[in-house]
Amino acid sequence: MLSFNMSEEQTITRDTVARLVKDLIIDTAHEMDEAGNIPEEYIQAAWELGASIAAIPEAYGGYDMDYSPMMNAIILEELAYGDMAFAVAATLPSMFIFPVYEMGTEEQKKKYLPLFCKEAYTPCTCAINEPGFGFDPHKLKTKAVKKNGSYILNGEKCFVPLAKESSHFLIAASCDGENSFFIADAENAGINIKKPERNLGLYSLKTYEVALDNCEIPAKNRLVGNSDCNYDKIIQKSAIAMSAIGTGVSRASYEYARDYAKERIQFGEPIAHKQSIAFMIAEMAYEVEAMRLMTWKAASMLENGKDCQRDSFLARLYAGEMSMKVTDHGIQVLGGHGFIREHPVERYYRNARGVAILHGMAIV
Amino acid sequence: MINLELSEDLKQYQEDMKVFAETVFRPISRKYDEAEHEYPQELEDLRGMKHFDRKKKSEKPADKSEPTSGKANMRGVISSEEIAWGDPSFLISIPNAGLGNVALVTSGSDEQFEKYGDKWLAMAITEPNAGSDSKAMNTTAKLDGDDWVLNGEKIFVSCADRCDAVVVMATTDKSAGKEGIRSFIVDKNSPGFTLEKLEKKMGLRGSDTGTFSMTDCRIPKDNVLGGFEKTNKNKGFKGTMQTFDTSRPMVAAMAIGVARAALDYTREVMAENSIIPDYKKGSINISSIEKDFFLMEANLEAARLLSWKAAWMADNKKPNSTEASMAKAKAGRQGVLITQKCCELLGPMGLSTKHLAEKWLRDVRVMDIFEGTGQIQHLIVARNILELSSTQLK
Repeated sequence: MLSFNMSEEQTITRDTVARLVKDLIIDTAHEMDEAGNIPEEYIQAAWELGASIAAIPEAYGGYDMDYSPMMNAIILEELAYGDMAFAVAATLPSMFIFPVYEMGTEEQKKKYLPLFCKEAYTPCTCAINEPGFGFDPHKLKTKAVKKNGSYILNGEKCFVPLAKESSHFLIAASCDGENSFFIADAENAGINIKKPERNLGLYSLKTYEVALDNCEIPAKNRLVGNSDCNYDKIIQKSAIAMSAIGTGVSRASYEYARDYAKERIQFGEPIAHKQSIAFMIAEMAYEVEAMRLMTWKAASMLENGKDCQRDSFLARLYAGEMSMKVTDHGIQVLGGHGFIREHPVERYYRNARGVAILHGMAIV
Repeated sequence: MINLELSEDLKQYQEDMKVFAETVFRPISRKYDEAEHEYPQELEDLRGMKHFDRKKKSEKPADKSEPTSGKANMRGVISSEEIAWGDPSFLISIPNAGLGNVALVTSGSDEQFEKYGDKWLAMAITEPNAGSDSKAMNTTAKLDGDDWVLNGEKIFVSCADRCDAVVVMATTDKSAGKEGIRSFIVDKNSPGFTLEKLEKKMGLRGSDTGTFSMTDCRIPKDNVLGGFEKTNKNKGFKGTMQTFDTSRPMVAAMAIGVARAALDYTREVMAENSIIPDYKKGSINISSIEKDFFLMEANLEAARLLSWKAAWMADNKKPNSTEASMAKAKAGRQGVLITQKCCELLGPMGLSTKHLAEKWLRDVRVMDIFEGTGQIQHLIVARNILELSSTQLK
């Protein structure tokens, strides 16, 4: 039945995540951004909420709960409201765990899921993005060629979060024109992790370029997919996740600008009393709402077992466009102060640029 | 539990309305665009339909535990979008379903509902000097014995020629500001009540819009909507403002319906020319036309979901004036932008009257204006979210 109301369970979960974000992240996100690091205990605290492994069966170390992309979208918005880099880092193992769970063989699941489905946050990552002009996750330039019971991978990956810290990778590569994922051990020869990237945003998330030079991976490590889940579906889920993250970042900028406008006095009254400011804030408010509803619509379809190629694509497109617009307004409302790093709106703006560009950073 | 997919019954309703709009309204769309002011006789078939129903106020159960989550508002936005997709002029010209009928249903007494329920009621709010600032209205109503005597002028009255009676807003006490404002049911044949002219409009030509003058216009004392004594101060004006909470999502849906008509047509023409939207393409690999198309689809869907949310809240008895204005602000603007972009993409086909696109552009333009301009919607949203009064945020 059509409903815009959260269930009790959804409300409780949202509130729990919101509390964690308020207690740990809101006041420290700036320091983390400056330091280029997120303290492990924050990541661990988020991990202990259990969302990333909730839907994984107990046999593999999970909690055997119903899989709910809607719940995941709600959680990601809250985490990203605190900090986008934190949202990606805290849920990153899902980007390995979910594809393996949904597309993997029984043997692959038994072998890999228990390594990460446990109480201690254990980094593993996913390499989809590729450097250079014209990247499209459906047209991967990284190639896998089958040879003597193995796949030989060659190509360049970028924005691979926590590559150096991770013991295992999921690598997206094209094999005979078909996109697939390959499970790789960090020890595997031919995986060349370069020095940390320096990006426009997400300073506190360590990301790396990874070169694959004749990287030989056993054939049994390919995720073959099945009729329910394949490469495209993982890309859809990651698009919905990024829309949820874009919503969270935008909401943070909106709320900060809204509160600032009520306190900032110019011409003898709060700037919120001026239509030119107030209308910008109104627009921010309804675009955040619209982004959220687009995300929820796509997540609803996924949850209801419908094909969501179109809706996930549109949600992501919308979130990409509107998170730039909203965070841009956020800076404009603060004027010159919006350009100063002590106010978070400049970080929101830099981070939001990734919403339309990055793939495979999170999953619902 | 959040679920933004329509339930089966609403989907069926949507489908039925689409078929209706496609078979009944679309074929006569151009005809009445060209025959401005001529009453579309085809609409007569709709007169007998029961558009509004309500329990007698005296019959209302005291027990508030009865389920309140109806679907009237969701059905309203769905039918609004589908019918406007067929033709928006006819949507605002359905016999016995005028804006005055909405006011009667929400604010009328049992006796008034009995008497006027099966009549066609227009609504007269706007005056030459009172547009967005509707409380500045100058039409006066004075009690004289058993009559109200009305004086003033009302413009932009939809269905002015076609209706049976008009719900006229007037001030009973100018010094009391908006608290002095009441609504009056005025029969068309009331003495001193004159339809002065019908406007010639850019679009929505299938629906007539007129000016009424009232010169010592006398109506029965009982024709004040909801009763004079019973209406607390503020209720008259505020009551009308509250009907906006249900009407704005519907007007939003109307804009969405017209824009969708343009977008559907553009999609067809693109397909005939082998341009098929591919929702897997990366932004780097799409043409300018495809990018425009995707953005229009996304904005349309965003506006639609905002209107659904506002309507759903009304159905579930949640205060929704912020959401109703958000939906109207977004949909009104996007309706215009999308339709004009479609005309651009269609090229000569978007200009020629051989096709309906140019008509849709003329029709949709007013949807960012009536039922509160986009600027008024922003003002309402901003005041609500910033918690500012109308004197703080003017």
